[in-house]
Amino acid sequence: MTVEGKIDLLAAPDRRAVPGIGFAWLRRLAPLLESIPAMIGIALILFWVLGAALAPWLAPYPPNASDLKALAHPTPSAAHWLGTDHLGRDILSRVLWGARTVLTVAPIAVLGATAFGSLVGLCAGYYRGWIDLVITRISDIVLSFPVIILYMIILAMYGSSAINIIAVITLTKAPIIARIVRGITLELREREYVAAAKMRGESALYIMLVEILPNARGPLIVEMCLRMGYTIITIGVLGFLGIGLPPPDPDWGGMVKDTYGMMSVWPHMSLIPCAAISSLVIGFNLLSIGLREIGLRD
Amino acid sequence: MARFFLKHLLFLCLTLLVVSFIVFVLTEFTPGDVARKVLGAYATQEQVALLTTKMGLDRPVLVRYVEYVDHLAHGDLGYSTRFKVPVKDIIFDRLANTGMLAAIAFAIIVPLSMLLGIAAGMRESSRFDRAIMLFSTVTASIPEFAMGVFLASVFVVALGWLPGTATLTGGARWSVAEQLVLPVATIVLFDLGYLVSMIRASMVEVMQRPYIRTAVLKGMPFRQVIVGHALRNAMINPVTVMLLQINYLITGVVVVETVFAYPGFGRMMLEAALYKDIALIEVGALVAVFVAVLTQILGDLGYMMLDPRIRG
Repeated sequence: MTVEGKIDLLAAPDRRAVPGIGFAWLRRLAPLLESIPAMIGIALILFWVLGAALAPWLAPYPPNASDLKALAHPTPSAAHWLGTDHLGRDILSRVLWGARTVLTVAPIAVLGATAFGSLVGLCAGYYRGWIDLVITRISDIVLSFPVIILYMIILAMYGSSAINIIAVITLTKAPIIARIVRGITLELREREYVAAAKMRGESALYIMLVEILPNARGPLIVEMCLRMGYTIITIGVLGFLGIGLPPPDPDWGGMVKDTYGMMSVWPHMSLIPCAAISSLVIGFNLLSIGLREIGLRD
Repeated sequence: MARFFLKHLLFLCLTLLVVSFIVFVLTEFTPGDVARKVLGAYATQEQVALLTTKMGLDRPVLVRYVEYVDHLAHGDLGYSTRFKVPVKDIIFDRLANTGMLAAIAFAIIVPLSMLLGIAAGMRESSRFDRAIMLFSTVTASIPEFAMGVFLASVFVVALGWLPGTATLTGGARWSVAEQLVLPVATIVLFDLGYLVSMIRASMVEVMQRPYIRTAVLKGMPFRQVIVGHALRNAMINPVTVMLLQINYLITGVVVVETVFAYPGFGRMMLEAALYKDIALIEVGALVAVFVAVLTQILGDLGYMMLDPRIRG
């Protein structure tokens, strides 16, 4: 698979020089089918995406319904396949509904960060000069700030809601994307087709979005995949610390927070959501290894 | 060299000033006023009004900010409403605890990640390389709280070898050293994956350089090629990244501290944030940023030491 990836990589610059050729580049993803890490990653992601999408039909119970009779024996049984938590709520149902939460919030946050970061990075790389200087300085400061402390201050002071979490993640992850896009833009702005577009009298916005940005999609896809993994961890961590999505709706981090104190008695209550979040993040990170292997990064 | 330090020191002071102002505005300009946060939900409106006047909170925010910086400069860090002690009585204790945890973890992470990263990057795409990559990807993918739960369920619940909490009180059953094993292991496993893949990538890149091929072709023993030619060049970027990990180890270990009930800086900040303990949040955020900028300066310094091309 690496050999094919490398051949493709060598052929790539020609094709890249032609902007906006539609989805033909998707063919470059074909070698992915032969990468074992990528296939395992895709399988894990698909498993949770399906679980999340079909949660209303798959989940045997409503996620917040307590079965008081099950409280005496919360361990896995015929009625509750994965057991129930400390309030008698079915863990299987909560894990499935939790997948829904995390797979809605994380992609929105990552898309937000990518859109915002790309725009800022394009401007910095295209205009250079003082605009570049200001943007780079600000992203350096945001990147060096201990993010978790920032989350704590903002979410504790302004309350935690899905919107706030998405906003904070967007703002803190955008600089990473901006840095990558800026680097690519700096290189591409000297190309002939950019010069040609300038001669045609295209606006700066058109050149940035139509001529330059499509050529950054390879690295961007890999980076988005990596960011998805880290964002899922962040959402889990916020839930675990008690500053995540408000209860009672299921959220994997929050499920662990509520039950890890009872681990010596009922370990399954915290082990199952931990396994869920770990497997989803492993899925995204394996997929990004596969994407890098086939040379999308370059 | 003197110019380097002066420039960075200036930047440090400037950043601290900006951040202190932002944090000051963020915490004191939030929905609900400061006096209400200090007194809690059950105080009457008169009490809130009384405290507002007493604390001078009805004055413009800039005046209060200048006064606040003046107090900080004179060593008055304020009073923690959550812990009911002056801020300086608690923050340095907690920092010392986290510092100990961070130092032990760092002392393990650095040699281990170098060993694994170099060994993996030495021969790209070998079986060993793939195994290490897979291992580090998996450990870096497991959130710290999940890693803590997994480790605790094996070593605490199933085997009973180690304690599940690390409160640092020399209890009857477990010594402090035994208490530290699981928190340190959790941090090391989570942080290791990132560093290993950084070092590996850097090593792979260096191994493709012409001078390495020349060294191999002229018959130099492989060991000597690695130690004499590859290592120093491969370590330039990772050293900076490693130093940046100090930042994570001081302020980012809040999750591990929460899992194991460790009395550290991060958990103190979380409690302060949840109880809206404004004085403690403000000073804590400053400390965190101080550590962040300082490690960045150290990183730049390390970069300069290793790469003679940019020294000067």
